[in-house]
Amino acid sequence: MTALIGPNGSGKSTLLRLLAGLWRPENGEMLIDGKAIHSFARKEMARRVAFVPQETQIDFAFTVGEILAMGRYAHRGRFSPQTQVDHAAINSAAAYCDITHLIGRAINTLSGGERQRVLIARSLVVEPEFILLDEPTANLDIHHALDVLQLCESLSRQGKTVIVATHDFNLVLRYVTRLILLQGGLLIAEGRQEEVLGRQTIQEVFHVEAEMIPMKTGQPVYVFYPVPVARTQNGSVAEPGNMD
Amino acid sequence: MSAVAQSNPVANVSPRSRLRLSLFYGFLLPIVLLSLLAAVAIGSTHISWSTILQVIEFKILPQAWTSSVHVTKAEEVIVWLIRVPRVIVAFFVGAGLAAAGVVLQALFRNPLAEPTLIGPGEGAVLGGVISFVTGWSATSVLSLPLMAMLGALLALLIVYAMATRGGVTPVATLLLAGVATSALLGALASLLLSVNIVNWQIAQEIVFWMMGGLDARTWTHVWLCAPFVVLGIAASLLQTRDLDLLQLGEETAASFGVDVESSKRLLTLTAAILTGAAVAVAGLIGFVGLLVPHAVRLILGPSNRTLLPASALTGGTFLVLCDLLARTIHPPTEIRLGIVTALCGGPLFIYLLLRQYRGVAN
Repeated sequence: MTALIGPNGSGKSTLLRLLAGLWRPENGEMLIDGKAIHSFARKEMARRVAFVPQETQIDFAFTVGEILAMGRYAHRGRFSPQTQVDHAAINSAAAYCDITHLIGRAINTLSGGERQRVLIARSLVVEPEFILLDEPTANLDIHHALDVLQLCESLSRQGKTVIVATHDFNLVLRYVTRLILLQGGLLIAEGRQEEVLGRQTIQEVFHVEAEMIPMKTGQPVYVFYPVPVARTQNGSVAEPGNMD
Repeated sequence: MSAVAQSNPVANVSPRSRLRLSLFYGFLLPIVLLSLLAAVAIGSTHISWSTILQVIEFKILPQAWTSSVHVTKAEEVIVWLIRVPRVIVAFFVGAGLAAAGVVLQALFRNPLAEPTLIGPGEGAVLGGVISFVTGWSATSVLSLPLMAMLGALLALLIVYAMATRGGVTPVATLLLAGVATSALLGALASLLLSVNIVNWQIAQEIVFWMMGGLDARTWTHVWLCAPFVVLGIAASLLQTRDLDLLQLGEETAASFGVDVESSKRLLTLTAAILTGAAVAVAGLIGFVGLLVPHAVRLILGPSNRTLLPASALTGGTFLVLCDLLARTIHPPTEIRLGIVTALCGGPLFIYLLLRQYRGVAN
């Protein structure tokens, strides 16, 4: 499991959408197995890469079962009815994400945590190789956030490539094996936590002071402090980051 | 995380929703049949039910099957040439408008999208007026529905370009774009009418057509409308899974394999065909495309595979009943059909709008 981290506007969501083939790069090419992503047919791409967008507002009262069934779109022809294989994929994804009891409920009546689990289950219904999640823990309380991350981790242990874009790297450190740090659309660092998240890097990229507190689990926990900001007379803020 | 439960019921079609669907059709189908018959039977001239049945039997069944018929020529004309075509036109117009509503609501991801409220209706009117003014309607009867569809398509393209950015259509923008487009296209239609008012015969034709309603509809109108409505409904039935996914957002739809751009093009065309076919024979009849899908969605849920055919059937029946009401409630005058549907649909529209602004969507 890989985490995509970086400040707002650093290009995390953009990179996920490029990887999912939803957007086309202006320059260069994105490759999967050495083949350009946009040369795949839309449906083939959808069968390989599942994308779980951030904060999906669903205005219509689809049931969870209907939402999950939509995940089979790319596997079915326009005229072919749902097969046993489709049913099996739906049922096993629901069981895996522990939402079987929600199947008959309307999606817009679920809590945030339940909803996120349903959306992850829908991406499993696709039976993809890659699962891309954009801020899966945003708007979730800590219990449900950990729950969702645990689910993601177990998927990656099953052999899926899971990529999570997130702001909360404290939360994901325990689960991810690789971090990718972006800033302004550029790759700043890539690798394990100790290779990517040094104090110096954090200050340069996020403009905050960070203190690493080692934990029993092996991962450190980061505590952040604002960089002292010099305010000028008229109240405007001097450019931080060049304090040292 | 529990293990895979193989004994689960089929995930997306629960027995409960299947029962609900059977109950829905169990109720609806008798109502459809009764409404159609009642609408033919009830009218300013009293004609008995048995006469009605005899005429219909005589016209539909092969001659050898029908026993001797005791029907006067006048009764035959009233039933077969006046009432039956009117009822059939009402049914297909209602079905077309309701189906167009379903398609537009999915396309714009908004339960307030309605063919006559957001532009395509006025577009169809403009198209129709053009076909009168140019004289095409006199050379080919097909030019009226075809031009109406073209006009509806034009209006939809304008509204879509104005209201949708990055696959998102805010309600306010959609309604404003719809109002602006309707006003513009309506003004163009009126302009064409004013310029041609000197040609009294054409002007009269246009005015009568623009007023809308279902009086004096003939079998020609049936043939101008029904095939296109059937075509439009069939086309949208082929796209119900795309509609479902589009309703969750264009990006989600694309990530699950929908070719969003081509799908939207096809659906826009479908909505234009349905709206154009309805407006060509009945003028602007508001709120059917809002009221009917909303009611059906409350009962059957938003899945378009069930919603679309159920809405079409309900829409047809609804308009037949509205028309029956319009011509019998205050005899001998007929109330305009649009008034009846607006009285039913207007309050619902206001309610839905208020609810959306309070942040509770359908």
